[in-house]
Amino acid sequence: MAELHLTQSNWEDEVLSSDIPVLVDFWAPWCGPCRMVAPVVSEIAEEYQGKLKVGRLNTDEEPEIAVRYGIMSIPTLMIFKNGEVADQIIGAVPKEYLIEKLEQVL
Amino acid sequence: MYDVIIIGGGPAGLAAGLYASRGGLKTLICEEKVFGGQILMSYEVDNYPGFPKGISGMDLMDSFMKQAEKFGVETNYEGIKGIEDQGKTKYVILSNETKLNTKTIIIAAGASANKLNCPGEKKFTGKGVSYCATCDGAFFRGKPVAVVGGGDSALEEALYLANLTSKVYVIHRREQLRAVKALQDRAFSNKKLEFIFNHVVKEIQGDKFVNGVLIENVKTGELSRLDVDGIFIYVGITPNTKFIEDIIELNEDGYIIVNENMETNIPGIFAAGDIRVTPLRQVLTAAADGAIAASCAQKYIEMNC
Repeated sequence: MAELHLTQSNWEDEVLSSDIPVLVDFWAPWCGPCRMVAPVVSEIAEEYQGKLKVGRLNTDEEPEIAVRYGIMSIPTLMIFKNGEVADQIIGAVPKEYLIEKLEQVL
Repeated sequence: MYDVIIIGGGPAGLAAGLYASRGGLKTLICEEKVFGGQILMSYEVDNYPGFPKGISGMDLMDSFMKQAEKFGVETNYEGIKGIEDQGKTKYVILSNETKLNTKTIIIAAGASANKLNCPGEKKFTGKGVSYCATCDGAFFRGKPVAVVGGGDSALEEALYLANLTSKVYVIHRREQLRAVKALQDRAFSNKKLEFIFNHVVKEIQGDKFVNGVLIENVKTGELSRLDVDGIFIYVGITPNTKFIEDIIELNEDGYIIVNENMETNIPGIFAAGDIRVTPLRQVLTAAADGAIAASCAQKYIEMNC
């Protein structure tokens, strides 16, 4: 699996200080759409290897980060560029829509 | 060439996939968003036979998926632009313009949750407006919320939210609920639920996040405001039939008309689940539709291809 397990302790290094854009999948174990959207995120991680970092943040384990970014609905996918939120997608969306959003940022 | 291409990966599509692949057909399921469909949003399914203790929609769909894959069904995450019928060969056109050949098609693309289409709904989606209490309820722990709707889904989710939140207003435009009696009984005896009948939502208000809803009494026109941090919307569904409406016969509400073999107006093209005209839309009935559609697709191939 090419996705990073993101936590409070590696957030700064892996997301905010990343040289390349980062796609963060905010999820939780009890969220059905989150679990089923995971394979799409994995496919993206493979297809964009080297150009995009992909990580997953469990909002149950890391509520502080979820609150900091105003997450009130999951799945939420956020694209970070140079430490800033460049775009966000709320809810399960078609893969091609996600790719379109990514291409705009990349 | 596929024997059958199934459009949609909810209960109907996955059950059709299971029956078709188990029957030895070369089968593909195309799912645009997430495998599992609308039932993924449900915290607990307590009317699917075989699970007397209830099961989450997510776990149930996980099992459906694994069982279909066990018999070799292929899957992909592709949107569908349209379908074409050339008699013995039919085409499924993916949104990337790829054309796939198949002998039969099962349309199981389901339905989508309706929006309220009121001011503030779009702006605050994901910022207090939600269509999935199971997904998002935990973000409203100890806070007041509103649920809009009066059907089974609305009450099930209101009862789920009552476990987490401080207060649940149930806003319904009619005088009476549509939900089944057992749910109504549970809902009326839950002290955290407050019912507001004969009201519609006029506007969802807030700054960065939702902080209230403006509601209107449909009888008097009187406006009032409820202070809530979240609003969960369950106001019915619309079938996902836009992509086939030019060739498949639909009823006035946009649902696909089928015969008892789940066959549409075009021989070899079937429909199953929430997308078809049916008196009941449940996981159980969708799965049964899928089984019939797959079995009749197999018979169609034996007779015609």
